[in-house]
Amino acid sequence: DQVLHIVPESIQQVQHLQHLCSTLLLDLWKPLMPEDIRAGEELHIRVPAPLLSEVKHSLDQHMISYRVLIPDVQEFVDKSMPRERSSQGQGREGYVYTEYHPMKEIYQWMTQIQQNYSELVTQHLLGMTFENRPMYYLQISQPSNKAKKIIWMDCGIHAREWISPAFCQWFVKEILQNYKSDPKISRFLQNLDIYVLPVLNIDGYIYSWERDRLWRKNRSPYQNGTCSGTDLNRNFNSSWGSIGVSFNCTSDVFCGSGPESEPETRAVAQFIREKKSDIVCYLTIHSYGQLILTPYGSTTKPPSNNEELMQVGQKAAAALKGKYGTSYKVGPPSLILYNNSGSSQDWTHMIGIPLSYTFELRDNGTYGFILPPNQIQPTCEETM
Amino acid sequence: RAMELPPGRVPAGRVAAVAAGFVRFQRGSPARALALRALRGVRAQDIKDVGHKYYLDLELEDVLDKDSTVNCSAEVLYHLGNKNIAPDVQFTLEGELKSTEEADHRFYTRIRSLEKELVAENIPDSHGHVPPELEPIHLLAWVASGYVIWQNSTENTQLQLAQIKHVKQVKRSDEYLQFDYVVLLHEMVSQEMIPWEMTVLWHPRDGVQVTRDSRQPGH
Repeated sequence: DQVLHIVPESIQQVQHLQHLCSTLLLDLWKPLMPEDIRAGEELHIRVPAPLLSEVKHSLDQHMISYRVLIPDVQEFVDKSMPRERSSQGQGREGYVYTEYHPMKEIYQWMTQIQQNYSELVTQHLLGMTFENRPMYYLQISQPSNKAKKIIWMDCGIHAREWISPAFCQWFVKEILQNYKSDPKISRFLQNLDIYVLPVLNIDGYIYSWERDRLWRKNRSPYQNGTCSGTDLNRNFNSSWGSIGVSFNCTSDVFCGSGPESEPETRAVAQFIREKKSDIVCYLTIHSYGQLILTPYGSTTKPPSNNEELMQVGQKAAAALKGKYGTSYKVGPPSLILYNNSGSSQDWTHMIGIPLSYTFELRDNGTYGFILPPNQIQPTCEETM
Repeated sequence: RAMELPPGRVPAGRVAAVAAGFVRFQRGSPARALALRALRGVRAQDIKDVGHKYYLDLELEDVLDKDSTVNCSAEVLYHLGNKNIAPDVQFTLEGELKSTEEADHRFYTRIRSLEKELVAENIPDSHGHVPPELEPIHLLAWVASGYVIWQNSTENTQLQLAQIKHVKQVKRSDEYLQFDYVVLLHEMVSQEMIPWEMTVLWHPRDGVQVTRDSRQPGH
């Protein structure tokens, strides 16, 4: 729905506008009644989406100029009432999934989720961050006597990519709210366990809330404290330090003092190494760019199971596009993005995990890292 | 149409960003900023002793009205050798863009009638919100950034506007509106956030002009 702003210039235009209002039952915001429409006075009129092109066409035909005052009324309403009870945007626990949450609330959310869905969910400690904060992951596992394979998903390896932890939270909520009613999800859980790490780079995430919204790295200091932060996605032991990195700690792609030099990297790597024979799929969620990335970033030489990786990736992109028409490209970073080394995706594939993907969520650069919260729901829905 | 770009070439997203930035600058106003919705097709060509040329089919959207899209075909030529020359960009848009005369006039009148010069920070804010009265200031920066992005892009960089850190109106004795911005440009390949100053001039009758721009150290 849109709200149009019109200043009628003549009696004829006034009459036409009155006619439109009454025949199409349009919602006049200003003035209150069609009878009060005057030439030279501004009009605000809400036009429901299905009538938009008809109304605009009619205005054009009668040479009535207008401008769009509110391009999306729902968005405008949501913005001004952040605690609105929307059925999909909220969980059982009253948590609003269509907003960005600070780390303190995400910790509380994890505890709440484990309590509310204790038949399925357990919370575990993966390790500690540089600033000594606990890294928790959620294990979603339906009790069964058969051993199950694992899908691992981590979010928030880069602090400023807020849509990523938002997606992990949404994902968990969707699975848990629908596993009983949705046959696809329940079949899924019969055969697979899902491990979700909602925020990998906790220190960085907090820093992006409190100090610098566009921070990317973790917060470990280097060079006697004169600069900080390692790019955790350059810190894994996959051709570490070879390409697409910097050895200067002021750089946003500083790869650390050595592979796995950072506690956050070590926490994830240790766990995955231990469980690697059971992990069939590794997913890591980033933004922005609208890409589904396959290995490798450090070389253009394709991985052994490239065909399978591409096929699954293309299917995912097609399903994603089916929801809201958002187009994602599929391929290795070395070809469609930029060269990089030490990425978590490359490392997990190199140690033997067959399906390893990096998702770069919305958008294409228009809002970039500062994606407005009204895009959380569509982004998450299409990515599910 | 499938991607026709052969492997080993510059990722198509980089070229699309330059083309979109250029078009946004050429056709922009405080009431119109065109953004890249999708890249429909791309073709590359080596021109001996001159440079690399790319032919693109783009779909652009109006950031104020996402339903309003326009198809655009563009050519981008990156020159060999001197990296300080901006790429050449040419484009054609399919169809007409909606007039912004009314909105432009209102914004112009509003700003001219301000007693105190407008000052603002952090647009959008951390959560992506922009107060409605600052939306034209936001769009103007988007449009002006198209110029800076075009002028400063190479085959190894991809620049996008990340945020306006600070904007200050400067009243002038002539009829132009002037805004001095400090913006953050995100460079995708190095992942750096680059502060950039830009002086932007505008009048409803003219297009947007960037009369001065300069890259700042560190973020």
